[in-house]
Amino acid sequence: MIGGSHGGFDLLRELLPALGQPRVPTLLCLHLPRGAGHEMAQILSTVAGFTVSEARHGQLLEPRAAYLAPGGYQLLVERDYSLSLSADGPVNHAQPSIDVLFESAALACGRGVLAVLLTGASSDGARGLFQVHQLGGSTVVQDPETARSPVMPRAALDLFQPKHTAAPEQLPELIQTWLDQ
Amino acid sequence: MIDPELRQLECELVIEAAARRFGFDFAQYSRASLERRLRNLADQERLDQLSELIPKLLHEPGFIDRFVNGISVNVTEPFRDPECFAALREHVFPTLATYPYFKIWHAGCASGEEVYSLAVLLKEAGLLGRAQIYATDINTRALATARDGIYPEETLQKSQAGYLKSGGAGELSAHYTAAYGSGRFNDELRDAIVFSQHNLVTDQPFGEMVLILCRNVLIYFDRNLQDRALRLFASSLSHRGYLAIGAKESLTYLPAGDGFELLSRDGRVYRAR
Repeated sequence: MIGGSHGGFDLLRELLPALGQPRVPTLLCLHLPRGAGHEMAQILSTVAGFTVSEARHGQLLEPRAAYLAPGGYQLLVERDYSLSLSADGPVNHAQPSIDVLFESAALACGRGVLAVLLTGASSDGARGLFQVHQLGGSTVVQDPETARSPVMPRAALDLFQPKHTAAPEQLPELIQTWLDQ
Repeated sequence: MIDPELRQLECELVIEAAARRFGFDFAQYSRASLERRLRNLADQERLDQLSELIPKLLHEPGFIDRFVNGISVNVTEPFRDPECFAALREHVFPTLATYPYFKIWHAGCASGEEVYSLAVLLKEAGLLGRAQIYATDINTRALATARDGIYPEETLQKSQAGYLKSGGAGELSAHYTAAYGSGRFNDELRDAIVFSQHNLVTDQPFGEMVLILCRNVLIYFDRNLQDRALRLFASSLSHRGYLAIGAKESLTYLPAGDGFELLSRDGRVYRAR
């Protein structure tokens, strides 16, 4: 699971190709406006070298698949590892909100989650990352010094000590190490 | 520290209490977002545990209203998903124009922004005078807002773009009166709409609708309940009636979906076969 906001899209364009096709379901949450999602997913697919699709309501998480939260909806993970969309309204002024995705995934998947919080200009994602941590999942926050907008990673670091604080170039290896465990 | 399994059990017990005591059955709602709304409600009520909602449900008079209003979704905006409204104008309005009188049901109208949006477009198409619109929701607080038809002026001003994309003919501001930072939709729009409470999970069909809108409601239901709602719509529609659903919703894979054909992919507008 990767969440980011301001600067997050550009960073994902660099990060995804370096990941190769992950063996596990990958969930991506950026603060996209309503209507955005499908085109963004296509762009990310092109640069990543594997398919990123806009998340659909009710679909079951599949290994080797990457899903992008559509703009204007909240994306949640259900206990049966299916995806839900909701239109409950913004959380932290964001819909999709990274907190909503991370918290639901933490409840559904517990220690089986890796959550990465990237650059962003709001404090969305900090609470969600903390919940992942509390429920035994692995957490990574981008080093604020390396972030285009340090607000989001700082908010997480103010709340708790994530397992890793990393520069963008360290992320592929960190993620690979987690996948190998 | 949260215990996910305990949280799930508490959630189920609370739902069970509301269903058995009051007949409001949320058991077939999508669980992750429902759990979030329950947690938010518990926070508002200053309760540490979800299960503390149970004694309130059982013993506190009137709490059930706060409960239902708290965990049903009531957020929308004028001309949300303009593609839908544009598709209605293109595919459905010409048929409406052939009737001397017709009925429309907006199921799950929440705070009403979208039903006024529809009324605005009907008005501009010269069809409002022949329309009887029923707007229903489970949430009484949202319905009260809808009935008033008063929204923040800023929201309405921001909706001008969506209004134009929907095929609006001029200025949205021609359809409401602004004062003190709020805008109130014109009486002729409100007079065409009857607001009432209706629960898609338990209540009966409405009769002979030419068009049903039910947008961003099905995503809150599990597959069984989605299918039930769809059958309810099928039996509420007149012959070859129309159904509009939310941008991220689909009738594919639902047994009752076979009774509908897709008319507009972008607008998510279907027609009964």
